Amino acid sequence: MAIDREMILQISGVNPKLCMKCGKCSGTCPAYDGMEYHPHQFVSMVENANLEPLLASESLYTCLSCMACIQRCPRQVEPAKLIEAVRLAVIRQQGCDHLLPDELPALLDPELPQQAIVTAFRKYKK
Amino acid sequence: MKYSYYPGCTLRTKAEILNRYALASAKALGIELEEVENWQCCGGMYTASTDEIATKLASVRALAQARDAGCDLVTLCSACFNVIKRVNEDARTNENFITKVNNYMAPDMEYHGETNVLHFLEVLRDVIGFDELKKKVVNPLTGRKIGAYYGCLLLRPGEVMQLDDPENPKVLEEFIRAIGATPVLYGQRNECCGGYQTLNEKSIAVQRSSAVVESALSQGAECLITACPLCRYNLAVNAAPQIPVYYFTELLAEALGVKEVAENGN
Amino acid sequence: MQKIGVFVCWCGSNIAATVDVAAVAEALGKQPGVVYATDYQYMCSASGQNLIKDAIRDYGLTGVVICACSPRMHEATFRKTISSAGLNPYMLEIANIREQCSWIHKDREEATKKAITMGTAAIAKVQLNTPLTQMKSPVTKRALVIGGGIAGMQTALDIADAGFEVDIVEKKPTIGGKMAQLDKTFPTLDCSSCIVTPKMVDTAANEKITIFSYAEVENVTGFIGNFKATIKQKPRYVDAEKCTGCGLCTTKCPSKKSLNEFNMGLNTRTAIYIPFAQAVPLVATIDPDACIKLKTGKCGLCEKVCEAGAIDYAQKEELIEREYGAVVVATGYNQIKPVQYEEYLYNQSRDVVTSLEFERLMSASGPTAGHLQCPSTGKLPRHIVFIQCVGSRGTACREKPYCSKVCCMYTAKHAMLVKDHYPEVECTVFYIDVRTPGKNFDEFYRRAVEQYGVHYIKGMVGKVEQGDGCLKVQASDLLDNRQLHLEADMVVLAAAIEPDPSARKIGTMLTASMDTNDFFSEAHAKLRPVESPTAGVFLSGMCQGPKDIPETVSQASAAASKVIGVLSKDFLLSNPCIAHSDPTLCNGCSQCQNVCAYGAISYEDQMVVDKGVRETRRVAVVNEAICQGCGACTVTCPSGAMDLKGFASNQIMAEVDAICN
Repeated sequence: MAIDREMILQISGVNPKLCMKCGKCSGTCPAYDGMEYHPHQFVSMVENANLEPLLASESLYTCLSCMACIQRCPRQVEPAKLIEAVRLAVIRQQGCDHLLPDELPALLDPELPQQAIVTAFRKYKK
Repeated sequence: MKYSYYPGCTLRTKAEILNRYALASAKALGIELEEVENWQCCGGMYTASTDEIATKLASVRALAQARDAGCDLVTLCSACFNVIKRVNEDARTNENFITKVNNYMAPDMEYHGETNVLHFLEVLRDVIGFDELKKKVVNPLTGRKIGAYYGCLLLRPGEVMQLDDPENPKVLEEFIRAIGATPVLYGQRNECCGGYQTLNEKSIAVQRSSAVVESALSQGAECLITACPLCRYNLAVNAAPQIPVYYFTELLAEALGVKEVAENGN
Repeated sequence: MQKIGVFVCWCGSNIAATVDVAAVAEALGKQPGVVYATDYQYMCSASGQNLIKDAIRDYGLTGVVICACSPRMHEATFRKTISSAGLNPYMLEIANIREQCSWIHKDREEATKKAITMGTAAIAKVQLNTPLTQMKSPVTKRALVIGGGIAGMQTALDIADAGFEVDIVEKKPTIGGKMAQLDKTFPTLDCSSCIVTPKMVDTAANEKITIFSYAEVENVTGFIGNFKATIKQKPRYVDAEKCTGCGLCTTKCPSKKSLNEFNMGLNTRTAIYIPFAQAVPLVATIDPDACIKLKTGKCGLCEKVCEAGAIDYAQKEELIEREYGAVVVATGYNQIKPVQYEEYLYNQSRDVVTSLEFERLMSASGPTAGHLQCPSTGKLPRHIVFIQCVGSRGTACREKPYCSKVCCMYTAKHAMLVKDHYPEVECTVFYIDVRTPGKNFDEFYRRAVEQYGVHYIKGMVGKVEQGDGCLKVQASDLLDNRQLHLEADMVVLAAAIEPDPSARKIGTMLTASMDTNDFFSEAHAKLRPVESPTAGVFLSGMCQGPKDIPETVSQASAAASKVIGVLSKDFLLSNPCIAHSDPTLCNGCSQCQNVCAYGAISYEDQMVVDKGVRETRRVAVVNEAICQGCGACTVTCPSGAMDLKGFASNQIMAEVDAICN
C-alpha cells in the first residue's frame, strides 16, 4: 500500500487543518537546526499531500520526541505525532528499518543504559 | 503506605543504584514498594500513533496487576512513568484501543484504566509531604546549589502527565529545598537532552545535552539531579561541559542517612 | 373554525434550495381550515407583505401561518403586517422552516416533508389562537449604566444630553476605566489622558448624571421600563462630601506596600490612596485589606492629618435602591495575566510584561514617569521583543478561541513610540498575521515598519529563557525558514483580552445571555448589535466583544440612542403572552410561586364558585406587569390551573397531535 496523506492522518490521528500557521512548533523545536524539514513544514506538507520529500528525509529520525511542540501548540495540532506517523509509515515497510541489530555492537559503550537501546529500536525499527 | 512498584529495565541493570537509593529511602519514610511480579519492559518510549497495540501491552499488564493488588502503581524512571501513564490514559479514554488490548489479556485480567499511576516524586510531595520529609532529613545538604533537570517525559504532555506545570515545574525544586539544598532555576531544565538520539545521531545528543548543562552552569548550578537514567547518562557522558549528575534518589538517601545502607545492598 | 392563510417563504435560496416550497404550499393548502396557500421569494419584503395583506382582505382570513425564518427574526415584522390589514397581531403563527429545517438538512425530500409537518403543526395551533391585547406599562425615565469606562461614560453623556437622568455604577474608586491607563491611542497617537480625562470631568459635572463610584450593582429585578436595582456602596472610610482630594493623607500613611492597580502592580501605593491625580471623583479611599487602623485598631495617622475631617473608619456598606427604565452594560475587559504561559517567563522575570503593563511603563503618569526602563535593572533596554497573540486564537485549554482584535495595532503603536523616543532601541515584533482593518490602520502599521524600522518577523516565539543579564528568545522565522536565537532586555506579551469577571454575575442578574467566552450576546449580530436579547438591556463596549476605542465610542452612542428610544416613551406595550391561573382549578400549593424567576406570582384569598359551591380559597394570582411569559409556572402546576396566553396547553397539544398524525 502506497504511503499517502490519508494513511498519515489515520496513523497519527492528527488534523493538520487545525493549524493556523503560527510556527510556534518550529520556534520551540530543540532539534530545529538538525532538521531539513521543520515541524511546521511537516504539518503543511502532509496537509498538501506533498509527502515524497518527507519520506526521503533524515528529518524523520531527527525529531527528539520531546513533545515541546505538542505542549506549546495553541491549536492542539500535535506536530510530533505527525512526524512519528510519517516515520512509522516508512519503517513499517519491508527492509526500511533505520536501525539494524548488526549495527548495535559498534554503538555500545559500557555506561549506556538499556533504555537507550530499547527506545532506539522502538523508534527506528519494526 | 503500600504501593505496587514498577522498576523498569534500566533500574535492574545500569541504573540499579537509582532503584536501591529509592528503596532504602522509601523504607526510611515508611513507604512499602511491592514490585509488580514478572513485569516486562515498557519500551521506554510511548508510541503516539493511533494503531499501536503490541507496544503498549506490557504497560497494561503491569497496570492490571497493580489494580488486582489494590494499589496505586509507582514508577521511578521518567520514561516508564511517561509510557505507563499515557497508556493508562488510552485505556481510560479510548474504547477502541482498550477493546483491542483486552483481546490479548487473560480473561480475568481485562483492564479499563482503573489504576492510578504515580511517580515516586508525587508520593514524596502529595503523600509524605515535603514539610514532613524535611523533618525526617538527618543530613541536610545545606549550601549545595542543585539544578533540577526535568527533561521531557516527567512533564509532557501536561494534560496527561498532570505532574506539574509543564512550563514552570516546581516539584523537584521543592524536593531540593526539603533536603536542605538550594535549587537553581535555569531555562533548559524542561528542554530535551536529546537522549533518544544517543545511538542514532550522537551529535544531536551532544549538542542538546551540552545546551542543558551550559544553561545550568550559567545560573550557578553545581550539580544536576534527574529521575531518568537516559538523561543522566546523556548529561554526564555526552555533554561537553562537565557537571556531576545524580539521581534524585541518591541525594534523598544521603539526606535521610541511608545512602550507605543502599550502596551496601540494604 | 378559522379561515387560515399559509405563506411559504423561499428566503432566496436559503429555504428554497433545500425545501420544495411549492410542494409545501400545496400540501398545507389542503389542511382543514386553510383557504389560501402560496409561496414567495422574500415574504418579508414590501411586496411579500402586500401579498399577505391582500390575501387577508380577499379571502377574509382570520388566522395566518407563515413558514419562514425563526420568529426571533421576523415575528414582529409579520405581526405588524397582519395588524395593518385589520387582524389581531396574535392571530399569527410562524413555522421556522429555515433554522430548524432547511439550514440543518441536506436531503430535499426529507426537508420538504419536515417543513410540511411543521406547517401543519402551526396550522393546528392557529386554529386555537385567540386575539390578545398588549397592556401598557409606564416607563421610569432614568437609565442605569454599569461601568464607568469610556463606553459607560459616552453612553451616559449621550443619554443625559437627551435630557434623561443616568446613574453610572463603577466598581473602582474612580471612573475612567482602561482608557485612563493608556499612554497614547492609535492610529493618531493622541494622548489618551488628554481625551479621556476631560470626558471624566464632563461626566461628573453633568447635572443629569449621578456617579456611584466604588459601588457595585447587587441585584436587578423588573423589566423594560420598570427595573429596580440595588446598588451596594462599598465603604471608602472617607466622607466623599468632605474629602478635598488634597492627598496629604496618602503622604503620611505608613502602609505603603499594596500593589498599585492603576500602574498594573508595577509599583506600590499606600493603604489610603487616590488611584491617580486625575481621578474622578478626586477622593481618597482606604483599602481595608492594607489599613493598619482597620486591621489592628492602631495608627489613625490619616485621620490626624486630614484637615477636612473626612476620615471615617466607622463607615459601613450601604444599599441603595433605585428605579430605571433601561440598563446599559459597559463592564469592559481585562488583559489576561499570562501566568499559564511560563515558556515566556512572565512569572519568573520582571522584564517580561504584558502590553498593558508596558503601556504604564511608557506613560508620563506611570511608575517611571514615562522613561522607558527595564523593570529589573532600571536601565534603558537595548532590544525589546514583542510577542503577538499570546492566549488568543487558540483551542488548547489555556487559550481564548477569538482574536483579541486590538493587539496588532497597539503593538505597532508601542514599537513606534519606543523608536520615536529612543531610536537606538531595537524593536522586534513576532506576528502570525498583522490584522489592521480600520481607517488609517494599515498605513499606521506600515509606518512602524518603513519609517521607524521596527522589525516584523512572521513566526512565533517558542521559548524565552533567562540568560546572563538578558533574556534569550528562541523563535521561528517562517519566511527565512530558520530558527532565531535573539537576546532581548524586555519581552512584551500581547496577552489576550477577556471580559471583566464581574460580567458573569451581572449577566445572570439581568438574565442577559452571554456567549461561551462570557461576552454579552447581542440580539442580532447585524440588525440589533447593541441590544441584549433581554428587553431593556443594552450593550456598550468591550463587554460585547473585543473592540478599539473608536468602535467602543460608536457602540456607546448607539446604545444611548436605543436607551433614549425607550425613555422617551411614556408607556411601553407589554407582551400579552403571559400566565394566568384558573382559580377553580388552583389547589394553593405554591409551587408556581417557588419557580417564578420574576416574582410575578402571589397568593391571595378569593371567593371561588366551584361546581355551584361558594368558598374562600387561597389561590395564585399573576401580576401581569411583571410576568415575562416564560411558562415555568405552567409546567410546574400540578392541577393544570396555570396556563399561558398564546401558548396554552391545548395549543401545544394540538401542535403535538398534528406532528404525530
